[in-house]
Amino acid sequence: MTHFRFTESAIDTQSARRELQTSSAGGYVSFEGWVRDLNEGQEVTRLEYEAFQELAVKEGDRIVAEAMRRFPVKHALCIHRVGSLSVGEMAVWVGVSSAHRGEAFDACRFIIDEVKHRVPIWKKEHYRSGDSGWVNCERCAAAPQHEHAHAEHHHDRVALPNSK
Amino acid sequence: MSEFLPPVYALILAGGLSRRMNRDKAGLKYQGKTQLDRAFELASRHVRNVFVSVRADQALDPARAQRPMIVDSAAGEGPIAGIRSALAAHPKVAWLVLACDLPYLSDAALDFLLRRRDATALATAYTSAHDGLPEPLCAVWEPAAAAALADYQAGGGQCPRKFLIRHGARLLEPQDTRALDNVNTPEEYRQAVATLDSVAPMQLKIQYYALMREQAGRSEEMLETSASTPAGLYEELVARYGFTLSRDQLKVAVNSEFSDWSRKLNVGDAVVFIPPVAGG
Repeated sequence: MTHFRFTESAIDTQSARRELQTSSAGGYVSFEGWVRDLNEGQEVTRLEYEAFQELAVKEGDRIVAEAMRRFPVKHALCIHRVGSLSVGEMAVWVGVSSAHRGEAFDACRFIIDEVKHRVPIWKKEHYRSGDSGWVNCERCAAAPQHEHAHAEHHHDRVALPNSK
Repeated sequence: MSEFLPPVYALILAGGLSRRMNRDKAGLKYQGKTQLDRAFELASRHVRNVFVSVRADQALDPARAQRPMIVDSAAGEGPIAGIRSALAAHPKVAWLVLACDLPYLSDAALDFLLRRRDATALATAYTSAHDGLPEPLCAVWEPAAAAALADYQAGGGQCPRKFLIRHGARLLEPQDTRALDNVNTPEEYRQAVATLDSVAPMQLKIQYYALMREQAGRSEEMLETSASTPAGLYEELVARYGFTLSRDQLKVAVNSEFSDWSRKLNVGDAVVFIPPVAGG
């Protein structure tokens, strides 16, 4: 089973969540990344996601496998959108099930952080002003050390685990 | 620390008249290019400022005059005069000194030498695969070598190899034992031509994503290249498409797996340059 995949349509979190269910899991944590309307002072109208899918799936799968080795969780899965997304749409979903909540939170955080830094996915922001730009590629062309220092692009929402 | 490292320029030595070859070695051709042009282009893929070392009487030679030159100013003859003249012309610069008659010298071999350069030594040089002695004409000479070379010549020395042996250069064993073979006789020249012709430029598949896709104006292409590593290939593509991202901002993948910049490319490899990622 692969633990990382892309989709060109809206992420179906209900069916993704079902893939994590198991009788030994006492809880489930998920993260959703949403397209936000503002980045670095510019009004964002739309994001375009593009991925080098062949390698991205391998690297994403390695990240989830790494999370499952580090933290004693039951199942973990990450789904990423590609294509054109409008403000409010979900760009990425991470879900983790485990016996206890602590490791599920840790693994979920680990996966989203690593995915953002390691998986070959790019996004182009389209602004209200009519401008557009590839995030981390254009404004930073002269300052490579700031490669990963950009602001997050979504509101973060973490679902609470079942009480057990 | 690295910000104090002297920058590296390259000096192509093409001054020598070849007695055994019975003709001007700089004009010998491989794959349709003179070895002076090949050496110059090879060095230019690794170092921004490249000069050809010439004797005063060669400064008007049309084969040489179209390139930036350093005309021998230092006393003496042969390579030591060329090296000293370059060090004198740009005293704060280290010099990648290359003989032009090394037809097998590759991007990978130069990349390896430059990466392992030790600026605290007077020079960083490859050792010969045949006798283990330093190769002064495929080496990085540091600015501090200038004074030591002057003393050495004042004491009657003329041989840069003996100089490196005496002064303890930082030595590197070549990865490819043939990389430093030079060509001195018509027979060696015939062999080198045949060998290099059998390694025809290869076809690679390049895929472009995101900013680089837009700058290249395409998402993939089949490309004939003589670059042997992703590093060399990227230099070629920067020249062609004017990519704005520098190599240290990128990662590279070969056949859908992350790769080293100095990996040797093979026919049919699929190469992807990976700009700074922004998932999530």
